[in-house]
Amino acid sequence: MSAVLKPKSKLIVCDGNEAAAWAVSLADVDMVAVYPITPQSSLVEYLAKFIADGRLGAEIVDVEGEHSVLSVLQGACLAGARTYTASCGPGLAFMFEPYMRTPGLRLPLVMTIVTRDTLTPQSVWGGHQDAMSVREVGWLQMYCESVQEVLDTTIMAYKIAEHHDVMLPTNVCHDGNYLSFGAARCELPDQDEVSAFLGKKDVNWHVALDPQRPMAVDPLTGGAGGPGPSTFVRYRKGQCAGTQNALKVITEVHAEWGRRFGRHHAPLIESYRMEGADYAIMTIGSMTGAAKDAVDAARARGEKVGLVKVKTYRPFPAQALADALAGVRAVGVVDRSVSFGWNCGPLFQDSITAMQYAPKRIPAMSFIGGLAGADLTVGHFEQVIARTKELARDGHTAETVWLNEKD
Amino acid sequence: MFDATTIPNDLCPIATKPNPMLPGDWRSMRPVVDRAKCVKCAVCWLYCPVQCVVEKAAWFDFNLKTCKGCGICATECPQRAIGMVEEAA
Repeated sequence: MSAVLKPKSKLIVCDGNEAAAWAVSLADVDMVAVYPITPQSSLVEYLAKFIADGRLGAEIVDVEGEHSVLSVLQGACLAGARTYTASCGPGLAFMFEPYMRTPGLRLPLVMTIVTRDTLTPQSVWGGHQDAMSVREVGWLQMYCESVQEVLDTTIMAYKIAEHHDVMLPTNVCHDGNYLSFGAARCELPDQDEVSAFLGKKDVNWHVALDPQRPMAVDPLTGGAGGPGPSTFVRYRKGQCAGTQNALKVITEVHAEWGRRFGRHHAPLIESYRMEGADYAIMTIGSMTGAAKDAVDAARARGEKVGLVKVKTYRPFPAQALADALAGVRAVGVVDRSVSFGWNCGPLFQDSITAMQYAPKRIPAMSFIGGLAGADLTVGHFEQVIARTKELARDGHTAETVWLNEKD
Repeated sequence: MFDATTIPNDLCPIATKPNPMLPGDWRSMRPVVDRAKCVKCAVCWLYCPVQCVVEKAAWFDFNLKTCKGCGICATECPQRAIGMVEEAA
């Protein structure tokens, strides 16, 4: 990451929840609506403090539940406000009705998912099950690896979501427990530089609650007769196009961030030690740190293994992934959540679909670990590397491996 | 007035022209007042969800362009002065 601290940046030590709150403050958000839920609660406490201290000139609405959280923010966004919330797990589930409506309205809300495993079994700890469960709703999703990446990505999320070619709500996901409460060194960029980076707020140029521009928002569309079917398809295709546009916009915004602030985060996927790799492991989120250590150790032993981390999960960077994996003979994909219908991880599912774009078939296996707060250690990734190496040798895929099964 | 042609037409469902359809266009039952029973208490006027009740000299009547035929007026009328009649098929 950064070699030299930018002159006007400040160094702080904070956890991922505080880093997200700092980012919201620096993004000069107008309206925050929140309902507390573990492990997100401290994030909204930081925001409430920033607003009470006058650091952030936003209005905060403490509503009675998550359904109202997002309904309030939809109204605020339609009225021209830059908006923010954070939630997870059961809170995200309660938010689902307005959550589904937001992308179709093309409202550029930014929402952190402090990822948490879903009930049942009863659990309050981290896991990607909540965020992965909403992967097909139409929000963009980026998964962070470090506290610094949480801060930087949350600011970038506004520029991506509000880009006129995108105009889609964006989830910045950071791992419950491991990133939400893990403290690290963090560079706090200068307010003026962030304001210059983000530019003018322009969130309701296309749809608005505005007496100067009277319009009906979301009139009845579709049905079997008249112009209904084709009109509905037109909006659906428009939303798909905006989502695909995000691949380019996310890449450009990350590049501009790197130029302005000196920190270059991989926008879609990160290829780590993939030069001449014979086989690869894939990761998402905070587990990547331990996985990189395991890859380093394996490389030091002479193993030809590399790693590909997925940062942008929606839209899925299928072509970038296929290109990155084109030279390997096997892939082991590690998920922190479960696709019940396929008996594997959802990232694995997406990855084998993306590998259709690769010139040849690449044998792949699904590994699931880190559920409900369980730790994914270097030791676990040594297992993944060893099993994937075997796969590269014999090409025989096997059932999903559950990494914490014997911990 | 907002010019919807200034934005892409596949972006977001909005409408800037009023829809010519009114609730009366899809009504299946219509309210009919028995003028002999109506005492002008205005309970129907209070309850009507689309404000289609119209005041006449000695009774209340309905604007059938906007009446959607929900029958709330008939249920609430203390005089049982309103009947719901099926619209012609």
